This record gives sequence, structure tokens and C-alpha cells, in this order.
Amino acid sequence: MWTRSLAVLSLLVVIAGRPEAGATPALPSTDEAIAHALNRLTFGPRPGDPARVKAQGLQNWIDLQLSPARIDDAVVTTKLARLETLTLDSQAIQRDYSGPAMMERRQRKEEAGASGASGASGASGANEETMSGRTGGPRRNVSDVQLKDRQVIADIEEAKLLRAVYSERQLQEVLVDFWFNHFNVFAGKGATRNYLTEYEREAIRPYVLGNFRNMLEATAKSPAMLFYLDNWQNVAEQSAQRREAPSPTRATGPSPTSANGARPTRGINENYARELMELHTLGVDGGYTQADVVNVARTFTGWTIRPREGSGTQFVSRLHDDEVKTVLGRTIKAGGGQNDVDQVLDILAAHPSTARHIAIKLATRLVSDTPPSALVDRAAARFTATRGDLREVVRTIITSPEFFAPETYRAKIKTPLGFVASALRATGAEVRSALPLARELREMGMPLYFCQPPTGYADVASAWISAGALVSRMNFAVALGKNEIRGVRIANPPADLDQQIGSPGFQRQ
Amino acid sequence: MTSRRVFLKSGAMAMVTMGFAPSFLARTASAAGTGKKLLITIFQRGAVDGLNMVVPYGEADYYRARPSIAIARPGTAEGAIDLNGFFGLHPRMSAFKPLWDRGDLAIVHASGSHDTTRSHFDAQDYMESATPGVKSTRDGWLNRYLQTAADAHDAAVGQGRNPLRAVALTSQMPRTLQGVAPALAIGNTADFAVADMGARTSFEGIYQAAQDQSLHGTAGEAFDAMRALARQTAAPYRPANGAVYPRSPFGQALQEIARLAKSDVGLEVAFAESTQWDHHVNQGAATGQMANRLDDFSRGIAALAQDLGERMADTVILTMSEFGRAVAENGSRGTDHGHGNAMFAIGGSVKGREVYGRWPGLKADQRFEGRDLAVTTDFRDVFSEVVVKHLGASTATAAEVFPGYQVKAPAFRGILRM
Repeated sequence: MWTRSLAVLSLLVVIAGRPEAGATPALPSTDEAIAHALNRLTFGPRPGDPARVKAQGLQNWIDLQLSPARIDDAVVTTKLARLETLTLDSQAIQRDYSGPAMMERRQRKEEAGASGASGASGASGANEETMSGRTGGPRRNVSDVQLKDRQVIADIEEAKLLRAVYSERQLQEVLVDFWFNHFNVFAGKGATRNYLTEYEREAIRPYVLGNFRNMLEATAKSPAMLFYLDNWQNVAEQSAQRREAPSPTRATGPSPTSANGARPTRGINENYARELMELHTLGVDGGYTQADVVNVARTFTGWTIRPREGSGTQFVSRLHDDEVKTVLGRTIKAGGGQNDVDQVLDILAAHPSTARHIAIKLATRLVSDTPPSALVDRAAARFTATRGDLREVVRTIITSPEFFAPETYRAKIKTPLGFVASALRATGAEVRSALPLARELREMGMPLYFCQPPTGYADVASAWISAGALVSRMNFAVALGKNEIRGVRIANPPADLDQQIGSPGFQRQ
Repeated sequence: MTSRRVFLKSGAMAMVTMGFAPSFLARTASAAGTGKKLLITIFQRGAVDGLNMVVPYGEADYYRARPSIAIARPGTAEGAIDLNGFFGLHPRMSAFKPLWDRGDLAIVHASGSHDTTRSHFDAQDYMESATPGVKSTRDGWLNRYLQTAADAHDAAVGQGRNPLRAVALTSQMPRTLQGVAPALAIGNTADFAVADMGARTSFEGIYQAAQDQSLHGTAGEAFDAMRALARQTAAPYRPANGAVYPRSPFGQALQEIARLAKSDVGLEVAFAESTQWDHHVNQGAATGQMANRLDDFSRGIAALAQDLGERMADTVILTMSEFGRAVAENGSRGTDHGHGNAMFAIGGSVKGREVYGRWPGLKADQRFEGRDLAVTTDFRDVFSEVVVKHLGASTATAAEVFPGYQVKAPAFRGILRM
């Protein structure tokens, strides 16, 4: 945090003076190393980028990318200005966009029901967890109200692509993509989409080079996560006689059925508690038990929202289980109220399994599908030593000898987003509307903000190399070369542009 | 077993009046094993609630544990569709009832993995690799089958490696089919082409010359498949026998499978997935979220069986999901992650109209860890029976498909005729 206020030069001096940085040799200065750094730490080099980094010095460039607030980003800021929903809060989106659209849909449904018409049911129809909120796709009788509602998702999809292509704060954007994916929420699940704009803007973006514990808390208490992983419905069991807290053994958690067989009408929902430990912090082998899942769920009881109003997060103490809980062998005392979750997040964020889990995931993204264990160990140690300072963890990884080892060059296969953004950057394309590109990504199996499972998208080659994916990429390259992608223009494309963008080499980074 | 065969035949005759002829049954009886085998696997991602899909309505504890989401007993309003006096299908799965009645559909209940994970990601991984508890397995079980049976197949086909032998109708290659044997993942057969012929020729050249082994190999499969598909997909597809697929992604994926199966591209293994089964909140009962998903699921599969018609004699459709859900509903009228689950097997060689596996019961002390349906059938007992009896692999070959698991006939549940 303190580094932010210092000048670049003094920052460098301080870093060089640190013991762990002092042992690190100077970064390589070869053209290959610069190309590698641009491939991994940006959405792909633009023409002229390698020369600029060389002139600036690789170390200086990396340091600057690690302090994005110092980088002027006027170009993309201007481009984003026309996306009017980006700065709105969830209440405004609910009130002016999704609310009216939902009212209209309900009204139409009632009218259709009254006239006896019934469409084909199937997966869509009455199921609210469909992708019907997505942008694009021809639809009959789309009213202005519905179009306006779609603008919300369209704007964040467009913003993500514009930032990937045009932002000068490239490492920040790479990391926003990484951390959103780590704390994934799915725009296709009910009200999640109303909260998405605010979620990325306020729970993810401010922390990607900040403190992990803060990002964890911001996501945990975000309406988007509370809705997506169902915690808004997680409430204390309201049985007449509350049973004792379960023992922290591997055996069983409390049975939801009370002793006399009568079931309370409401009770805990484990969904968030489990994913919090499995995906967000400890990792699946991080050492938690089913009893821990139950106890963490109990600490999160009462944290809720009112989705229909787009309301913010609130803690309702009468819905909270205020008895004693044991989490990973540590006692959360009775009567903790809304502070229970702070204790749990402290325990989880400081746990060595979390340091390791985050180190592995970051190194997999930035270095290779199978990151060297020595590097993972150092990154995890840095996480622990800095209490989750993500800037320092990332710095450890991207200035490491392992990062610059020649065998890591081009070792990663680009995701569809990486492929499309890097193609636009490499060709100097002008993007006037990014929505057709969002549609291309959907075809390639990576719809932005529509990754359904909480795992997020896989970050390894096996997920993205397939015959179908390659054909999609080749077709994208052909269309780009012919200037046939709507909203995108390349001035004087070379005749072999398609062969460059569709080549095996360009699929790697 | 003999009585079942007798039933099948009489059942088949009884069904003649039902509109779609039970021809694949008749053919099974007369010409079993002569056709080219096809296995279609369907993954219900998100852990379907097997207890509301195949309802143990004979269990009082089922109703006690689920006061707001239980499916009513057969004969009551919106009740389960009775199967055998103890189990019933969810009422929105009526499309499966004719298949059951004809003896083409079997259920394996209380099946799953002996690994205790309640993580979607791990459990899917374990089921798709078919090595529960072992994360280091590199390939999926169906890819290993393709590897072990590659030589015999290639010799029979006489044209080298056929990329359309195994196809997933998904935009990403499922873990089940990942591995060194060729397999395709394609969202849609009609779009699977590089239309610009000049560019296509150049691409084929540069990928052929590429040192990059994985991209070289994948591109080779892509170009081979493109040529084979171009011959098949020129005309728009019309389902046969009056089959109507749901207009959902799942329904369309199954229709693409039927199209490939009926063409001569050499399809042996197909994969499709049905998603959004993770109903922690407001899962519904006879109607609601899960009911809508089951409607899509069952109508899609029933349409596929109807469309394939006679081809079903040589086809097995096998469904699976990573784990089941807790016996008791949670505090939000949904269900949390559980353990044992139900699988469906459909096809001409299936000894249907039966729920296989030992039913463990739902009383608290009969549950796994006091809360979930226990697993009494290892899912690999079912997979290996299909590999041996349906795909015709030897026990030794099947042992390579299921490392760390002993393939032996006594473990088979007898779901398939030999």
C-alpha cells in the first residue's frame, strides 16, 4: 500500500534493498525475454511495443505495470465513456433497467397465459436460470425496455474487450480477468446480472494488486456472490430447540432433521461455504472437512440481500446462528454476530493452504500449465510474509528465473479471449463496437460473464485445444483479414493476415 | 432373465400400436451384435438430485426429509410415474415411460463413487477419468477405450485414424474424451468448416508443417473431419420417426449426434452434456426449476432414441452425474451436495424395466455420513459392463480403461445382454 505514493525510482531502490529481491538477478534483456513478458503480462504485443519496452528497460516496464495508477490511460477511458451503465450502482440498474424489463416480461407472460398460448417449454421458458439475459441474437418483438435491459450486460462485455485491447494498464487487466475468474459469478443465474457491474468494479478491480484478504471480504459480502452462491438464503435453523454445535471431526455435520423428526422450515445452505474453501481460499485438498463446511455456513447465516429491490448487502441478526462454531480447529465464540465472518475470513486468508492455492493458480496463469514447485513455494511464502499482498506475490512470480526460463516461452495456449484480444492488438485494429467480438467468444466456448460453474474457466491448454476451437480461430482470422467482423476495422490489412493470426504460433503465448 | 426376454418380446408386440414402432427391439432379438456399436454418454453437470429424478416413493423417510420438495406418490396429483411399486419417475419425465414400458430403459440407483468428495469439480474429474481419488490421471475413460481399441478399429475401417470416431457436441473437449486418441469437440456440425478454400488449404499446409505436436495433431483431425462432414451435412437434417427434439442446446446437441450416427462417418462414441442441475435454492418439486431441466433432459433423450429408430439396436445411451444430493432438503427449499445418485441406460441390448443395484434405504443410520444416499454400485461397475458387453472389449482391455479397478464380470449388474 505504501509503495503507491512513492516515485518509481525510490520504489526501485527500496525493492533492491529487500533481502528477497536482493537475491534476484537482473532480468534478462533479450528480445525473446521482452516478447515473452509482453505475451504473458499483456493481452499481446502491439506493433512497436517490443521496441518501447526495450527502450524503457524491462524491469522499469514491469515495475510500472505493477503500479497501474501511474500509467496514463486516457485512450481507453474515452472509449469507455459512452457505456453509460458502467458507473451505475445495482439499485439504479434494478430500478431503471432490469426491473422494468422483468415487469414487462411478467405482464406478457400473463397475457399469453390468459389467451391460452403456451410456447415450447424446454430449457428456456419458465427457467429463470437461462441465458436469456444475454445480448445479441435475433429475437422477435424486442421492446425498447428489453433492449435497454440488455445494455447492462452488453456494456460490461464491451468494456472488458475494450480494456483488453486498449488499456495501457495491461497487467491490471490481465489480473482483473484472472481474479474475476477466480471469484467467478454467472450472469445467467437470476439476479446476478443486476449486481455484476458493481461486483467487478468494486469487489474485484480495486484489489487485484492489493490485499487478498480485502478482496476476499469484498466478494464475500458482495450482493453478486451472495446471490450466485445462494448465501442470501443461508439462515439459522429455526427449530424450537437448537442442537449442540457439531464436533469438528470428519464424521457428520448436524443433520438438518432435528431429533423429533420435525424439520425447521429454514436452515443453512452450504453452497457458498464449500466454494469459499474449495475454490476461493484453501483449495480442494486444503484440509477442511464436511463439518468445517457446515460451520462456515453457520457463520455466514444472516448475510443477505433483497434481490427484487437490487438492495445492498445487509446482516440480519435474527437470521444468524449465534452459537459457538469451530472452523479448522479454531473456535468462533458464541455471540459474535456479524463479526463471525471476519474471523472466518481471517482464518482462511492466513491459512498456508490458501497461500499455496493462490500461488499455484497465479503461476499457472502467468508461467505454465505445470508451474515449477520451487516457484510456487516462493510465491506462497511471499503471500504469507506479506499477508496476502498480491502485488508482491505477482512481482515474485513475474521477475523469477522460472518465468524467464526459455522453456516457458510460448508454453501457454491462449484462451479465446487472449486470442481475440491479441489478434486485435497485433493488427492495430480499430474496435468501434466490441459486441460482435463478444459473440465470437461465445462461439469459441468462452462467453464473457457467462461461465456457469463457480470454478471459472480452466486455464490450461487441454481446455482450449480442440478441433472445433481451432476451426473457430481460423475462421476468425479469415474474417478479420477480410475486414468482415462487424464493428472492427483494420486499415490496409496485409494479404496474409489470416495466415498469421490463424497460425499455430499465434495460438500460443 | 428368461422371463425378462419373454416379456420384452411380448412387450414389443404390445407396443406396435403406439405410433413409433419398437423395431430396434425386434432387431435386437434377431440380429444382436451384428451392427456397429455406438455408445452415447450424457453428463448431467452440477449433480442432479437423483432422489427427485427417480423417486423412492416407497420410503417414508423420503417424505419426512423433504417436506416442501418431495414428489408425491403415484396416483396423487402431480405424483411420480410409477415404475415398480417402489420407485417412480419425476412426473415431467413422462417421455421416458414408453422406453421403460418397452424394456429399453434401465436405472441404476444408489450408484456413484466411493470417493467422498462433495466438490463438483473433483467429482466430475473422477467420474470422467474413472479414477476416483486419483487426480494425476491424464486422460478420460472413453479416450482410453479409444486408445486400447484403436488398432482393431483402424484395421477394420482401413483408413487410418478416424477423427469422427469419437465426437463431443460441446465447444470444449470434455475430460471424458481428453487424451491421445483422436476425438472431436464441436459445437455444431454445420459450422464446422473453414469456408474460404484458399485459406483452408494454406492453413492445412502450415499446420501440417508445424513442429507444435499438439496443434499439429489437433489440426490434422480438424481437416480430416471437415472433409468427412462436408459430405454429410450438405442437406438440412430432418429427424426420423416423427422425433421432436427440444429447442434447447441439449436437444440440439442430441440431434447432431443422431445426424452423425446416421451418416457413415464411423461414429462409435458420442458425448453430450446437460447443465444447470445444482439446485441449492428453490429446486421445486413436480414443477419448478428442476422439473424444467428434467423435461428438457428426458424429452431430448427420448427424441434421440426415437430418431435413431433401428440404430438403437446397436446403441447404448448412458447418463451420469458427479454425485447426488443430500436426502434432506436444506433451508432454502433446495438440496446441498450429497453422494449416491441414479443413472439411466437405454438401448436395444439393455435389459430394461428394472432398477438395478442394492437400495440402501434412507433412514438416518442407512445414509452415508448420516445425510446422503449411500453408494452401493461403483459407477465403474456400470461403465465397465458397457465397455465389455456393449463395445465388445475383452476383460483385459477393459482393465486398461479402468486402472486401479478390477474389471470382473461378477461386478456387472447385468444391465446389458451379452
